[in-house]
Amino acid sequence: MNGGNGDGDLRIGVYVCHCGINIASMVDVEKVAERAAAMPHVVVARDYKYMCSDPGQQMIAQDVRNHRLNRIVVAACSPLLHEKTFRGAVERAGLNPFFFHMANIREHDAWVHENRDEATTKAIDLIRAAVRRVGHHKALERRTVSINPNVLVVGGGIAGIHAALKIADAGRRVYLVERELSIGGHMAKFDKTFPTLDCAACILTPKMSQVKDHPNITLWTYSEVAGVEGFVGNFKAKIRRKPRYIDEETCVGCLECIEACIFKEGKFPDEYNEGLSKRKPMYIPFPQAVPQVTAIDPETCLHFKTGKCKQPCVSVCDRKAIDFDQKERIEEIEVGAIVIGTGFQTFNPTDRLPQYGYKILDNVYTALEVERLVNSSGPTGGEVVLRDGSRPRAVGILHCIGSRDTKTNIWCSRVCCMYSLKLAHLVHERTKAEVYNFYIDMRAPGKGYEEFYNRLLEEGVHFIRGKVGGVTDWAMVPEEEGRLVIRVEDTLGGFVRRVPVDMVVLSTGLEPRADADDVRRTFNISCSTEGFFLERHPKLAPVETASDGIYLAGCCQAPKDIPDTVAQAGAAAAEALALIDRGEVELEPNTAYIDADECSGCKSCLSLCPYNAISFIEEKKKAEINEALCKGCGTCVAACPSGSIIQNLFEDDEIFSEIAEVLSDV
Amino acid sequence: MQYVYYPGCSLKGTGRAYEESVLAVFDKLGIQLAELEDWNCCGATAYMSVDEHRSFALAARNLALAERQAPDTAMVVPCSGCYLTLNKTCHIVKDYPEIAQEVKTALDRAGLEWKNRVEVRHPLDILVQDLGLDTIRQAVVRPLKGLKVAPYYGCQIVRPYSTFDHQIYPTSMDHLLEALGATVMHYPLKTKCCGGSMTGTVPEVGKRLSYILLNEAKKREADLMATVCPLCQFNLDAYARDAAHAYGPVNMPVVYFTQLMGLAFGLSAKQVGLQRNIVSAMGSLKKFCSTGAAGAAATAK
Repeated sequence: MNGGNGDGDLRIGVYVCHCGINIASMVDVEKVAERAAAMPHVVVARDYKYMCSDPGQQMIAQDVRNHRLNRIVVAACSPLLHEKTFRGAVERAGLNPFFFHMANIREHDAWVHENRDEATTKAIDLIRAAVRRVGHHKALERRTVSINPNVLVVGGGIAGIHAALKIADAGRRVYLVERELSIGGHMAKFDKTFPTLDCAACILTPKMSQVKDHPNITLWTYSEVAGVEGFVGNFKAKIRRKPRYIDEETCVGCLECIEACIFKEGKFPDEYNEGLSKRKPMYIPFPQAVPQVTAIDPETCLHFKTGKCKQPCVSVCDRKAIDFDQKERIEEIEVGAIVIGTGFQTFNPTDRLPQYGYKILDNVYTALEVERLVNSSGPTGGEVVLRDGSRPRAVGILHCIGSRDTKTNIWCSRVCCMYSLKLAHLVHERTKAEVYNFYIDMRAPGKGYEEFYNRLLEEGVHFIRGKVGGVTDWAMVPEEEGRLVIRVEDTLGGFVRRVPVDMVVLSTGLEPRADADDVRRTFNISCSTEGFFLERHPKLAPVETASDGIYLAGCCQAPKDIPDTVAQAGAAAAEALALIDRGEVELEPNTAYIDADECSGCKSCLSLCPYNAISFIEEKKKAEINEALCKGCGTCVAACPSGSIIQNLFEDDEIFSEIAEVLSDV
Repeated sequence: MQYVYYPGCSLKGTGRAYEESVLAVFDKLGIQLAELEDWNCCGATAYMSVDEHRSFALAARNLALAERQAPDTAMVVPCSGCYLTLNKTCHIVKDYPEIAQEVKTALDRAGLEWKNRVEVRHPLDILVQDLGLDTIRQAVVRPLKGLKVAPYYGCQIVRPYSTFDHQIYPTSMDHLLEALGATVMHYPLKTKCCGGSMTGTVPEVGKRLSYILLNEAKKREADLMATVCPLCQFNLDAYARDAAHAYGPVNMPVVYFTQLMGLAFGLSAKQVGLQRNIVSAMGSLKKFCSTGAAGAAATAK
């Protein structure tokens, strides 16, 4: 077929899309097509209801053959949506797919104007500019590069675990990198899961063990991704493995070193139990931790602090697994795809919402702390007790802490209503206490969720609609003495209540991790305004990112519950597998190149390139662009003082002709 | 460090002890305060509710005078009422051009110009943010050891404009009092209403509100309450007997935070105006007031 028919007479076809009524209601599409037909070199111009549909695409292909067209302009939606579609149609018709240009008369025109005549004129202007531009287009070739079949999964919560297992089961090598000492993430801290009340550990720990034993998974805990270079199919990642002062290969997890530690009792806040219990400097985060390997916290270990410890841990370890000299190591790996599942952090109410008394009043807890209290491996062995060891007679659960408020986080965290119901059930079951839920709206949209809510109503848990104003230990009447008083406007009753309780549970929302922005930069992906990682399309590409080959799973993308997280992790695994199974990837040809004769060797472009695609060749004193790394952002093109950098599809004559034409009426 | 000082009516009348202690403490710390010349009413409470726009004009005159007297110098305003009214005027004039125009017309007639640049700040803000707790700690010669203080902020210095502390649970005075060596109690009513002007207009409500504050401090076994606002101090001190008569005995002295600072810095009771209290605070403060070797020895214990 004729892929390079750029020379000779220009024969242009123009296709104006109605997009149902999206465009046609604001733009007189028939008139636009009529006017386009009279433009220079235009051989045929048509309008059609849905140009992206199969008949629409076939119409273009037929015209190419019947009218010997060699350039195509489609006036429709944003190229983000359908440029690929129409390039494909043009290519199937036998033309080079880059002899095509798209005029956006929907987002840039029909959707943003209110005057039909003016919008129609604008559409004609945009098409005239596109017609003039497309004449300057050159035939371009897409390059293909092979894809490394290994996958990096970042984050070992339920999202990362599930994605890693799926990819590994498909026979691919997975590197699973987890920042903490054990995989498991937040889910490993939960007791039960809503709405079925499955034991979280019972369903999670088998998956954790599978990760450890899987021949295709390399698990690196207590490790972080230090840097990523490269591009889709060909990433190079550096993994920083922090020292845990225990040789992971040698340690068998007998835990005798913990027993032997010079500290006879735990003395330091136990992170896994949200600080509700104490651990030693020599510890394992929790009984089911994977890997079953202890670790030494150098911040509290007597050896590291003073150098004067008798080191009973060393003498008790038959396998000689303890290594005080262990240093940080960097592993370098090559992968074709990356799945990011770095999770969330819970809203910290300490300084941001002091009215709820957290860290001020003893028996105000966060929901995550109560998760530990109700857990049989938790600090109280599953007993729900107050700080003084007594049982609460009444418990208040406050929804939406830090969520749905312009002063804190504006979004709904999606899981809090349901986990509040779950905690209400568990606390009520274990203590027989009166349990009050204070909610703004009950949100139970999920399979079996509304039914669970109804069950709680039947169980006699109280529901009071109103956002709590504050929690105080100021007693107004004798019944309130020595208790916590929840002040709330009951918006169904239409009055203010004071509800005395013994324990307050703050259902804190989910938010992006504090270092999400650093992670975003490491992987060169984007965040939405609130700081969660941004998917490529909110509906049609929910696990892809704007960076090819990098996928999202779980709460790093947005708050979601376990079923949704697992579903998304499965989708991310499928996307990664679909990519690497292709074996090779086609790269867009909109890259930049340097006209070596013109390059003055000033190096201005070097530091500007966000993809490190430009290098300086010392012998020639010239810059050079690695087209495999170039993403076509155009920064260097605009910055080059000598104008020696050229970008495919954005060459000077292409852009200037377009500008000249769109302004020709002004 | 130097600032323009706006006293307002209270500090020249019922709140004289506040002025005496603010001036003495700032002097002790080497911070210069120059009283605003020819100042007038800030435009507070009553005036604000009768004619808001004239109230803004009154406040603006003070702000214009401050800019003229010492350009680019912040103005210290100890009274919470004045502090709020002046700040409110700055905000409203910035947000509502038509009110800004009215205020400008009024100032033009008085031959004044106001660029809305002068910062209105509370002494607590300046002491904690500009000077810092370390400097304050170094100035302490008689630590207020063992003194149990209920910190009471009132409403106006953090609401609605929480410029330097949390709107609902401020802590800057807590930290400052701790720096003086005092034991600061958890006092849950730290920003609850003192009764405000209702002690005058609807005394039953006002007195009740005052009583709640005093009684809660008593229940928590505070030696005294510390406040930052002359109206709070006045309500809680002057109406304490009425409140006790109506609701039950309560003997809770209420002092200005600057009076406690003065004592800790070695000033005498008189220098910080402690004799002006109606409910005497000397019971718990005597040991921090005595001078000479005997007093120092008593403090050292």
